Amino acid sequence: MALGSVLIIAAQQSPARVYWTMISRTWGSAYGLGEVLHRATPLIFTGLSVAIAFRAGLFNIGAEGQMVAGSMAAALVGGSLPGATPMVVALPCCLVAAMAAGGVAGAVPGVLKARFGAHEVINTIMLNFIIASLVLWLGNRFFFASETTHTAPIIAAAQLPRFGLSGSNANASLVVALLAAGAVWYLFARTRTGYEWRVVGHNPAAAEAGGISVAGAIIGSMAVSGAVAGLVGANNVLGYKHYFENGYGAGVGFMGTAVALVGRNHPAGIVAAALLFGTLSHGGLEVSRYVAKELVDVLQAVIILALIASSAEVRRLQQRGPA
Amino acid sequence: MIDVLAKIFTYPFWVALLAATVPYAMAALGGSTSERSGVINIALEGKLVTGAFCASVGAFYGGSVYVGVLAGIAGGAAVAALYALIVIRFRADQIVAGVAINMMAYGLTRFLLKISFPDLKSTQNSPDHASFGHGVFANPVFWLAVVCVVGVTIMITRTPFGLRVRAVGDHPEAADTLGVSVNRIRWMAVLLAGMLAGLGGAWLSLDLGKFVAEMSGGRGYIALAAVIMGRWRPLAAVAACLMFGFAETLMVEMKNADVGVPNELVEMFPYLLTMVTLAGFLGAARAPRALGKPYR
Repeated sequence: MALGSVLIIAAQQSPARVYWTMISRTWGSAYGLGEVLHRATPLIFTGLSVAIAFRAGLFNIGAEGQMVAGSMAAALVGGSLPGATPMVVALPCCLVAAMAAGGVAGAVPGVLKARFGAHEVINTIMLNFIIASLVLWLGNRFFFASETTHTAPIIAAAQLPRFGLSGSNANASLVVALLAAGAVWYLFARTRTGYEWRVVGHNPAAAEAGGISVAGAIIGSMAVSGAVAGLVGANNVLGYKHYFENGYGAGVGFMGTAVALVGRNHPAGIVAAALLFGTLSHGGLEVSRYVAKELVDVLQAVIILALIASSAEVRRLQQRGPA
Repeated sequence: MIDVLAKIFTYPFWVALLAATVPYAMAALGGSTSERSGVINIALEGKLVTGAFCASVGAFYGGSVYVGVLAGIAGGAAVAALYALIVIRFRADQIVAGVAINMMAYGLTRFLLKISFPDLKSTQNSPDHASFGHGVFANPVFWLAVVCVVGVTIMITRTPFGLRVRAVGDHPEAADTLGVSVNRIRWMAVLLAGMLAGLGGAWLSLDLGKFVAEMSGGRGYIALAAVIMGRWRPLAAVAACLMFGFAETLMVEMKNADVGVPNELVEMFPYLLTMVTLAGFLGAARAPRALGKPYR
């Protein structure tokens, strides 16, 4: 916050006014609250995505690409269904398509890691670039309306309803996100698969010796991680834009790392962290008349750095014990 | 298509290839130095982009490429100092810190670009490599890069300092017992990596004559792949970078020649190549034993 103030002053604005605007324009009105929820929803998905991989000892830096793949898939399926498709069929079809596309994008680095030992950090990052190019090509060649970078709109039955809230963009994808958070909690706290993934995350050698398939856990957790990231399409496409637009929502995938970290990789913590970053994100937009929105990116990164530095320091002091 | 492939055997292609390789090579040299000391360096990307920005601004206000190069090196070192503070002094997770540093560097350079040159999408045109005449061989900065390659390789493999770097990366406890300050060596290795990556970034913006937001375009990550492919040996990592320089040059040629493959797909080429080679080359690679582990 202090560093943020320095940067705001550097941009010749009053820090007090900027911070006050950020707070009053977010939690101070129904519209602001709705926008915060709208911006928090995709962050819940990407935060969960990063956390799932992290619990299994893997770093998924590819949520960015996976969510693009999922959004595109949701838009394509939603746009090609016959107009008379009932909602109970259309919505699940789109959600499954989003999860499948994200899941495949996540499984690829998983397989490369399990089969060849190739580092998932580099491969997920490479896939972000590859998916971006691939989607742009597919869109330009086949799907984008001419002279634009977005697809045709999806049918009405595939659209998730909005909550209202003074015309804000908060929509039912928040429910999907909360369900996903619940499912992730159940997966790790109550199921055998979740337990096995955690063991692999803590100690792969012990897991192997205990009869757990390490390769299976790596591929499985990365696929599920990617599938959850793909669900960002539920908010961005099914709930908000109603079509896929190239570049919309960029950065949400990377923010997932921060959300998972602040939320300590626990689903409830992730939902809370997503609300915090959603507030920053919408607040950043509200103050963008005074300071550039780039500054909000910087602020978010600074929060992550301060957080990991301080938590490591606290751990060290605790280990040292009473003097 | 044949025309493009024929170009591979021409002199200008190889000159362009060397120019394209410099940023990768500098980042990979820095990466292998810091990783040999036990510090993972995802933050290379942020150092490249910061180096590129500082170099462009430095060259513009200083009026010379040399000022730009120095500013780029300083910018890379500044990012490295922040990174070292967080992962060495505060012992934070190196991968998460690296990703956050990259986010910060992207955001900060975009922000500073916006407030310094509000009407442009890039920095003002600055003195650039063209001022040395045509081609890389006339460019002293290129020769500086070559000196860095040779110098760092010798330093890591043949000097007492290099031995200490390798020792703290493989077995910090043993090095500590013998009186080597583990964290001081790591600080030096990370700062050196930042300066090298800053130089690589400076090359990017000085080659173009201006800074464009996010112009590093993932080269830092690719350089990291090159480090792994080179099995943490500096010279081998640089050799891997030549391959990526080749891929990038070929990509540019294919785009210019309009060979019938869509541009969007051509752009995937370097990234796909990274994934394929990473899966194929790795085999029995052995990382420094203490890589990623903070020490006391």
